[in-house]
Parts: sequence; C-alpha cells; structure tokens
Amino acid sequence: MSAAVEETTLGLDHRKLAMWVFLGSEFMFFGAFITTYLIYLNTTNGGPGVELFDIPFTSVSSFVLVMSSLTMVLGHHAHEQGDMRRMRMWILATALLGMVFIGGQAYEFTTFVKEGLTLTTSPFSSAFFVLTGFHGAHVTVGIIILLGLYSLSLTGKVKKDQHVKTEMVGLYWHFVDVIWVIIFVVVYLIPSG
Amino acid sequence: MASNASHDHPTPRLYWQIAGALAVLTALETSTYFIEFGPLFAPLLITLMLIKFVMIVGFFMHLKFDTTLYRKFIWTGIILALACYMIAYAALAEIPAGVGLA
Repeated sequence: MSAAVEETTLGLDHRKLAMWVFLGSEFMFFGAFITTYLIYLNTTNGGPGVELFDIPFTSVSSFVLVMSSLTMVLGHHAHEQGDMRRMRMWILATALLGMVFIGGQAYEFTTFVKEGLTLTTSPFSSAFFVLTGFHGAHVTVGIIILLGLYSLSLTGKVKKDQHVKTEMVGLYWHFVDVIWVIIFVVVYLIPSG
Repeated sequence: MASNASHDHPTPRLYWQIAGALAVLTALETSTYFIEFGPLFAPLLITLMLIKFVMIVGFFMHLKFDTTLYRKFIWTGIILALACYMIAYAALAEIPAGVGLA
C-alpha cells in the first residue's frame, strides 16, 4: 500500500481530518454522559455514593494513563524518524500501560460491587458505571488498535513512511487520556471534596 | 499537497518535560483531597484540569502545530458538550423540589 497522500480540496489528509471530526463528536458523546453523572450525583437512593471512591488509587491510575500518552507520542516521533524498532517498543509500552489502567478499573469496579454499588443500585451508580465503563471500553479498543499496529509493523505492513497511521492511533489514544483528565476531576475529585 | 507531515513537531526532550509537568499537576490535583483549600478547591481543580487538557491536546496531539481547521472541530465538540450540560442543568432547575430524579 502506498504511503503517499492524495491531493485533496482542503490540502489536508482526509484520514486525519476524519479522525478530528470523529474526536469532536466523541467530546459530545462523553459530554452527555458527564452531564448525566452530574445531574444524578446526589440520587443514591440511600445506597453508597462518592464516599466509596479511593482517590489515592484513582490518582495512580490517572498517572499511569498520562504516562501512556508520553510513550505514545514518543512512539509516533520514533516512527517519523524511521526508527521502527524504537517505535514498536514505545507502542508496546503504551499498550501495557493501558492494560495496567484497565486492570485498575476492573479492581475498582469489583470493589464497588462488593460494597453494594452496582449498575442498578441508583441513578448515581448507573450514571457512574456507564460513564467510566464507556471510557474503559474506549481504552480497551485503544489497546487492541495499538497491538494491531505493533503486529502490522512487525510483519512489515506498516512501513517507515506511513507514520500518519501511528499519528492517528496516537490521536485516539491522547483523546482517551484527555477525557480521563476531565473525568478524574469532575467525577472523582470535586464530588469527593 | 497534503500537509500532514509538514508541521514541526516538538523534540522528545520537550515531550518528557511536558510529561513531567503533567505528573506534577496530577500530584497537585491529588493533594486537594488531603489539604483543605476552602473556596479555592473547585476553581483550583478546574484550572489544573484545563492546563493539563491544553498541554495534552496542544503538544501531544500536535494541535498547536497543526492546521486551525482541526482546532475548530474540537472546539465545536467541546462547546456543544458544554451547551448540552448547561441546557440540561437549566431545565432541571425548573423542576420543583420534591419532584424528580431520586
């Protein structure tokens, strides 16, 4: 497959343009869920609420996800430089950090369920699990895409001059990180204060 | 010709510096859980969140170095999301106490 980008009416790469349009729509998607969470914040039906949040634990998860953005951008930079070995190393590191984050979320969800906070306990719990669950699903999809990029690079299907592919994966991954930056403050820290 | 590769990207050194700053900002955010900030609590957290947001989108996503068209898409999404929140909140404020969501 050729890495050359066809000339377009906008003078921009259509794939990258499509990714930015998609990310713009994703902001609206998560905006709706964050809104729902804030509206239902105090509707716990007598069940557990934000007091269950383990802020130090979630802070470590947030740190891990922020650092995965660093490894992602270093992977993209390595690809731009044509250093495929280093690019693969950073991409794999990003996927591993994403897995650590998802492991943390699975632990957190399990703890909450044991404490009586389930998807159907209250409007608050439903809004919380749907919002953070959808974010976790996005991270999981990101990990699958990262591992796909890693495999395609190993088999030579992603070539040195096709760094726009790594850039698009990176855009998605950074978006997932930036949404968590908002969730960490709006969903966890401010209600717990 | 397409300009996807034509912009100047920061160096790895700058990426590391930004990641260090993001780590410090995350630590500051976490500190608000342990230290009493009074009325500054929420404004401080929102400010820190916005700084982190701008750093990730501007440098890691290269929005600072890319065409302004991408910026417009992102701002459209953010403004619509904020509008959604404000409209929903304003609508809920009209609901009398005791009627509602619980």
